[in-house]
Amino acid sequence: MTDSNVRIDELVKANAVVLFMKGTALFPQCGFSSRAIAILEHLKVPYETVDVLQDPEIRQGIKAYSDWPTVPQLYVHGEFVGGSDIMMEMFESGELQQLVGVAAGPGS
Amino acid sequence: MAMAATDIEALIRAGIPDAEVTITDLAGDGDHYAARVVAASFAGLSRVRQHQAVYAALGGRMGGELHALQLETAVPSGDHQ
Repeated sequence: MTDSNVRIDELVKANAVVLFMKGTALFPQCGFSSRAIAILEHLKVPYETVDVLQDPEIRQGIKAYSDWPTVPQLYVHGEFVGGSDIMMEMFESGELQQLVGVAAGPGS
Repeated sequence: MAMAATDIEALIRAGIPDAEVTITDLAGDGDHYAARVVAASFAGLSRVRQHQAVYAALGGRMGGELHALQLETAVPSGDHQ
């Protein structure tokens, strides 16, 4: 594994819920990252974020790590879940709530 | 650099021949698109794998010249198990 792969692997395994994004949770720098944060905030679970704009090595490495061309990328319990579109679909269906271990909202 | 909706559609169709592709230009600026891709060949694939198939069809343009593509994939509704 390359250095960036090792670092990404450590981040993914050290945090139950981790989002690789552009910007920070407080100041997302992209609409897709902003949407991903909004979903995580709704889940009310602790999560970690990694700002790829601050780290060119991770910004490139994360694409190869998951074979996924874009950021944001969500990882839960060490597994790649998807980008913001998949997060939204899974949030709406209640699968994301199940994955992170919180009860889905009323009616779902 | 922006891409034309017709080019995106043609690339996806070329990569996934049975795909039904609907492209929406979200901002009217030729740079922010939504794509809905429905294909019977997606059956049995996870969402991640379905999206990866679309990205593969786009041949590395995703995240490059194609910045913003909101993607939704599905299996034709008649094909659900």
